[in-house]
Amino acid sequence: MLIRYRKFPRGMVVALLAMGVMIPIVQAGDNRSKPAQPAQVNAKFQQECSSCHIAYSPGLLPAKSWLKIMTGLDKHFGSYASLTDQENKEITAFLVNNASNRWSGPSAPLRITETTWFKRKHDYHEISPKVWKNPKVKNPANCTACHQQAERGDFNEHNVKIPK
Amino acid sequence: MFRKFNVSILTLVAAAGLISHSAFAQTPEVTLSSIRSDATKASSSFQGFSAARGENFFKTKHGNEWSCASCHTENPVTPGKHAKTGKVIRPFAPSANVERFTDPGKVAKWFKRNCNDVLDRVCTPQEKGDVLTYLLTVKK
Repeated sequence: MLIRYRKFPRGMVVALLAMGVMIPIVQAGDNRSKPAQPAQVNAKFQQECSSCHIAYSPGLLPAKSWLKIMTGLDKHFGSYASLTDQENKEITAFLVNNASNRWSGPSAPLRITETTWFKRKHDYHEISPKVWKNPKVKNPANCTACHQQAERGDFNEHNVKIPK
Repeated sequence: MFRKFNVSILTLVAAAGLISHSAFAQTPEVTLSSIRSDATKASSSFQGFSAARGENFFKTKHGNEWSCASCHTENPVTPGKHAKTGKVIRPFAPSANVERFTDPGKVAKWFKRNCNDVLDRVCTPQEKGDVLTYLLTVKK
């Protein structure tokens, strides 16, 4: 009896472990890079992309997304965010060269908040709807409200501090 | 000894301040005079800039959702906040932020961007000059 009881969970454990490995593989279709940002950050990117919002790390989106964003700066989420051709070229190269290397799916969203990985990490199991209503958070594009080191590309969940 | 230390630190800070200041391309007043020369070229009836007109322009909406003050606040010596993202914007008035209107490239870039957002067009030299004249009158 005791032996049989011991044997049963072993099978379960194997199954559970397998599922644990499988789930990330299944969901890895569109995933951000780790780290999200290279150690050496382009100065133009830092300067130009952090005027109105934080300079979102290139590894948060695939190259295709960055190309779409950088060719549509005249209507950048409702704002006119023009750059000179030279600046655009330099920043686009930096973004594309450091875009997510874990993106195998065909999707190329314009918003980081529309990516599968973002939604999974921030769904209602993880983050209470109350958090989004906090004026200190204001909107999901405001990474630094909780990820204080977001500007440096640090989204490690151990460093998350959700404001009260 | 502490006093000596403080003095040398102060000297260093002052020197650094001078160096970084001289790195600015021009003063806001020089920026204003270059806008004035644009305004003279643009219109033969140009009669100078007005702080009152600039203030009114700055605080009024021009057909779109935002005025200049939506992000730069009604009191431009205080820090502003991007109306959409909430990102803090350093004070707009040169009296509260010495870097303002000192880099011609930045001045041109931001007038182009922000006038487009606020008015759906570029600003005239008259409008730019009025706003800068107003901003130069706002003291901390």
